[in-house]
Amino acid sequence: MTDLKGGIAEKMKTPTKGLERIPRVPFTKEMKKDYTILIPMMAPIHFSLIKNVLSNGGYNVELLENCGPGVVEEGLKYVHNDTCYPALLVIGQMLDALKSGKYDLNKTALMISQTGGGCRASNYIFLLRRALKKAGYDQIPVVSLNVSGLEKNSGFSLTWPMLYQALAGLVYGDGLMALSNQVKAYEIRKGSADALVKDWVARLGRQFNEKNGYSKRAMKANFQRMAADFNAIALERKPKIKVGIVGEIYVKYASLGNNNLEDFLAEQDCEVMVPGLLDFMLYTVNGVPEKNRLYGGDQIQAMTYEAVSQYIQSMQDIMIDAIAAYPDFVAPSRFAHTKSLVKGVISTGCDMGEGWLLTAEMIELVQKGYGNIVCTQPFGCLPNHICGKGMIRKIRQLDDRANIVPIDYDPSATRVNQENRIKLMLAVARENLTKKSESQKTPFIPDTAAPSHLNKTLPYQQWRRWRTEVASN
Amino acid sequence: MRIGLDIGSTTIKCVVLNRYDEVIYESYQRHYSQITESAAKLLQQLAKALPNVKQAKLAISGSAGMGLAESLSIPFVQEVFGTRIAAGRLLPAADVIIELGGEDAKILFLTGGMEVRMNGSCAGGTGAFMDQMATLLEVNLDELNDMAERAEKVYTIASRCGVFAKSDIQPLLNQGARKEDVAASIFAAVVSQTIAGLAQGRPIKGNVVYLGGPLTFLSQLRASFDKSLHTSGLCPEHSLYFVALGAAYSAEERFELAALASLLEDYSKTESYAFMAPLFADEEEYRDFRQRHEKAAVDFHEPTAETKGAYFGIDAGSTTIKMVMVDEEDRILCSSYQTNNGNPVPMVRQFLQEFYEAWPQIAIKGSAVTGYGEDIIRRAFRVDYGIVETVAHYKAAAHFMPEVDFIIDIGGQDIKCFKIKNRAIDNIFLNEACSSGCGSFLQTFAHALGYGTEEFARLGLFGQRPVDLGSRCTVFMNSLVKQAQKDGASIENISAGLSISVVKNALYKVIRPTAAEPLGRHIVVQGGTFLNDGVLRAFEQELQTQVIRPNIAGLMGAYGAALYAKEQKAKMPNGKDRVKPGLLSMDELKSFTHAVASANCGLCSNHCQLTINTFSGGRRFISGNRCSRPITNKAEDQSLNLYEYKRQLLEEYRQKAAGKMGCDEEYPIFKDKVIGLPLGLNMYELLPFWQVFFNALGYRVIVSPASSRQLYLQGQASIPSDTICYPAKLMHGHIQYLLEQGVDVIFYPCMTYNVDEGLGDNHYNCPVVAYYPEVIAANEPGLEKIKFIYDYLGLHRPKEFPLKIWQILWEKLDNKISLQKVRKAAANAYKELDKYRQKVEVRGIEIVARARQEDRQIMVLAGRPYHVDGEINHGIDQLIAGFGVAIITEDSLSPLVEKHPGTVLNQWTYHSRLYAAAHYVGGQADMNLVQLVSFGCGVDAITTDEVNDILEENGKIYTQIKIDEIANLGAVRIRLRSLLAAVGGEKRDD
Repeated sequence: MTDLKGGIAEKMKTPTKGLERIPRVPFTKEMKKDYTILIPMMAPIHFSLIKNVLSNGGYNVELLENCGPGVVEEGLKYVHNDTCYPALLVIGQMLDALKSGKYDLNKTALMISQTGGGCRASNYIFLLRRALKKAGYDQIPVVSLNVSGLEKNSGFSLTWPMLYQALAGLVYGDGLMALSNQVKAYEIRKGSADALVKDWVARLGRQFNEKNGYSKRAMKANFQRMAADFNAIALERKPKIKVGIVGEIYVKYASLGNNNLEDFLAEQDCEVMVPGLLDFMLYTVNGVPEKNRLYGGDQIQAMTYEAVSQYIQSMQDIMIDAIAAYPDFVAPSRFAHTKSLVKGVISTGCDMGEGWLLTAEMIELVQKGYGNIVCTQPFGCLPNHICGKGMIRKIRQLDDRANIVPIDYDPSATRVNQENRIKLMLAVARENLTKKSESQKTPFIPDTAAPSHLNKTLPYQQWRRWRTEVASN
Repeated sequence: MRIGLDIGSTTIKCVVLNRYDEVIYESYQRHYSQITESAAKLLQQLAKALPNVKQAKLAISGSAGMGLAESLSIPFVQEVFGTRIAAGRLLPAADVIIELGGEDAKILFLTGGMEVRMNGSCAGGTGAFMDQMATLLEVNLDELNDMAERAEKVYTIASRCGVFAKSDIQPLLNQGARKEDVAASIFAAVVSQTIAGLAQGRPIKGNVVYLGGPLTFLSQLRASFDKSLHTSGLCPEHSLYFVALGAAYSAEERFELAALASLLEDYSKTESYAFMAPLFADEEEYRDFRQRHEKAAVDFHEPTAETKGAYFGIDAGSTTIKMVMVDEEDRILCSSYQTNNGNPVPMVRQFLQEFYEAWPQIAIKGSAVTGYGEDIIRRAFRVDYGIVETVAHYKAAAHFMPEVDFIIDIGGQDIKCFKIKNRAIDNIFLNEACSSGCGSFLQTFAHALGYGTEEFARLGLFGQRPVDLGSRCTVFMNSLVKQAQKDGASIENISAGLSISVVKNALYKVIRPTAAEPLGRHIVVQGGTFLNDGVLRAFEQELQTQVIRPNIAGLMGAYGAALYAKEQKAKMPNGKDRVKPGLLSMDELKSFTHAVASANCGLCSNHCQLTINTFSGGRRFISGNRCSRPITNKAEDQSLNLYEYKRQLLEEYRQKAAGKMGCDEEYPIFKDKVIGLPLGLNMYELLPFWQVFFNALGYRVIVSPASSRQLYLQGQASIPSDTICYPAKLMHGHIQYLLEQGVDVIFYPCMTYNVDEGLGDNHYNCPVVAYYPEVIAANEPGLEKIKFIYDYLGLHRPKEFPLKIWQILWEKLDNKISLQKVRKAAANAYKELDKYRQKVEVRGIEIVARARQEDRQIMVLAGRPYHVDGEINHGIDQLIAGFGVAIITEDSLSPLVEKHPGTVLNQWTYHSRLYAAAHYVGGQADMNLVQLVSFGCGVDAITTDEVNDILEENGKIYTQIKIDEIANLGAVRIRLRSLLAAVGGEKRDD
């Protein structure tokens, strides 16, 4: 027995081929000079600002906006079909771009974010490399964009100034998004909000180029002017359905991922609110002290992260204060406030994917009057089973203004189906809206007497009889 | 005057109200997806019926009406909302409305917090589903209803989606289950789907109203709902028209009816849909194509006086039965291809009888059967050999192309592909139960659109702009086709689009190859679906290669079986002409009888529902069993099954935890201190830990039992997400069990991290395993009355763990508990966990050693720890054990392996074991790995690719089995037998 055990149990020492199977092509310093780095588009305002930051860091960057049917097709071909939809889309978009002939394949690199939590999204980069290998693009380097030190490349590093600029970019992005969304639905001259956003993105870009615009003082000045600019747009305020969008980060922001959800809602005459990207950043940073609190660990590390979080929150405050100066605008909440909302609903230890932040955003939206919520997720998104669909019941218990519709996105979900479900949510919302504006002048359901014709025909009486029977049983 | 139009997925409904809101006109018709035409026709009928009405207020509702309403700028009322408006007027006392439509299912909770729900992206449990099922049973809906009334028992049928249910029902039928029982089971599945998928934790109570076509027409469906909900619901008058009524009530805008009708008629035929290149540019191209394929032919040869011997091959497929007689020169003497109507037995009998009568001088020297119905046919007619389908198909394909290296077979229900290397099957791809866009899919569509299958296929050949339908699951295709029709796609282009879609589905969902590596150089295609020239052409176009389609593409399985029988016969020693006892003779066939009865097996706690077929001569065939006990009447030898060992071990811990096996004197257990633990997800493997921990603190621990179907149903009503994995859904049942036991504390912690075993870059749990307690807390109303402790714990930090859990227990459970005691308990618990791990490891090594002595194949059945649960794996381990194969687990091997660098981020504890085990298996000649994957598991989309690569690199076959609520193992059997046939390891004594 022991003999056998020794024989079998001898540790395997075979050299492994894992890494050779899909070689990792590093992004070197030389490549930095003349390579174009392709980045898939997600949140347009934020990403345009961040693109600028990367350009200033000396990288040649291009945001991918190709979105034809080829994108999904390439994704289906080269990515495991049960993988989450965002991975399929992002990788499909990259391959579609590589195949378009627009890029010199020996001078092109790809960049993808890597979050590093317990969610499968941390594996996107590996899926991308696998897809590149399958498609025969082994030579293309993939750069991981992460702040947790998962993968490093000699040719790419986020320097402190860049990181700082990127943070400022996120804050600006959130501010612009919040302001323009609140104006867009009511503007008298269509397109004025969008034009103003474009104008501001350009203006901030110019400031960034001159190493300007991201000190706290500059941010304060910028935000005050920005809020004033948006406030100056001529509006026609009338009651509209206010809809919030939450969900898995990619399908929440990317129109490619959510079938142009924001446009659809605008067509349905809604005002849209999309919680900001900075909160996600803060949520990620918050994870470290949170884990230390729950499971024990390095206290100094926890304090460092806490300090970073506080600093970022102070940047967020600048934006919030500027917007809150105008009572007509609903300013985004402070992160600390958002975090406090989940108390008694879900633990802040739940931090895979969008984690507790998703639940917090829903509660916050309801409290701010955006109780009509589209909760977007890729089909089979594990964290959202917990923090999205799993929490709806509790949120409704807390506040019955919550009118939440979870929508699944995947290559086989049809747009008609999704829109029909959203329309159902909107119909309920519209009814609530009328109810509110008519302030219960006429009860919606006449419960007192049966409609006249029903006294003659059977159903109502049949109904009554049946009711008493049921009641007496 | 108000008009409400409800254009649903299959029907169009119209209601006209007069100015007193009285219904003066109603109509309900199928529209066969001709939406605009039907709507226009309807308006014309209306004009005839009500000649005085020139204009009226009108609104449209219904899922198929949305696009139409939008493009004609007619007000649209969302259909669920429409129902709500109508119900508010007509049935003000209703509490809950259940409405089933063609493809939609809805529940409206009207009182106590209004909520409206409709099915997600899945069309299971709706009218279309029942249509499909009725087609499968070859009855119409009325007959289905009548049959259900006469049912004696109800089988478990997957209720998630039509495709799943179909793959459950088919084997039931093939095994001889009564159609009446199946009909009732279909209704029960619909009910279960509606409750689980839509109620999502909200109880259906009070006055329940049933609306919509299926619930109006099918009394047994209503009865089934009544039974499940313990209520008696009402199906009111106008129950078909509530959506239309809602639209009518909401109609505000006035329309000229005549103008509207003509508007509808002119409504664009713009062909604005996405399309692809045509299958054939012209007739000539088609002719060339035909000629090329006609070359691959087997001779058909009428028997003559010289024909002496014949070999009989049968392929009893899921929906069809194929039979051939082959002569000594491999020519086909006669053949048959027909649908099996759920019972293949009489067809075989008739075929054989006719053959005997027509050619009494020909001796049938050998016979073989393959396919789903293999066992029953083999038993019924004493067929010589039963072979697995993959082998049969390879035999046949090799006849046409000896150097064949890839075979793809698309049949009615399944897609089978195999790679062949060195004249042996090297790799097998079978479709998962969820993506079977196969032959029956085309057939269903043809019928739905009002065409015969062949006519429909022919129409598609020359569609010049085939609709681009992508590669989707069958169920979703419906709405896409509808969309395309709305956009003006002709039947020709839809047919062509569907053919292309079948091919894409097979390629990209089942085989998933890439352009970089070709499937093979010598490809043979077969199966009934490839008889459709459109599908064949699409396949060649998609692969940009030429393939061989034998002229008997539909008969290949049967032909291969016959060749196999002939081959075996040739191997027999001289003079021994037949294998005993041989096929039924002419006389035996004449007196042939077949009776079916059902029974519940009482030999173990599984209580399998058995279907017992009895044939003349006393031959019996029993199906529905998970083990061979009801057949052999003795317990199966499970000593080489590590799954079984683990289950026994856990049961021991469970007993110990409850104090039933005595306790340590040092740690007395107090009767009044009780704590409940649910046995699933993160608790499953950690039971040894928690048993010792809580026992040491003096607690009696009630652990929920191994899962069962019953347990699942108990908790079903509170599951908030219908697409989450089955192991997670079961947790609701476990919690219910504990609540019923009257425990007042349930402990089920959240665990972001698992124990670090040093095999990966990190040691996370998957999100569901980590945080499911949060979902339980938010959705189980029963927990509000007791203490539910679901705090976050980190077993991965043994140093900090005692303090952390002490704080939690002190605060929530007992403020007299001492930290010292907790420390000691934790230390013991960690030790016990190690002990448990060691036991599993040692037992694994013992099994491997014994298997090697006995020269048995070893199967590593790899999954998550909780896949050991018999309800989760549906007895797959016992099925494999039945093949005479030893079974070990991934975690018995992983300690033997050092950390390997991989090509994925190896960050989950359970999954790092998978990779380690795969590496180990790669170096062992007598080991193979089968991976169990729960349906809906997002993480396994990543692990499966990696495990596949590791195995393939080492020359091993990768086999993945997707498991869900489905209990039928038919497809799993084929897959495992194919694997064993390929590695030559099946030890069956028959």
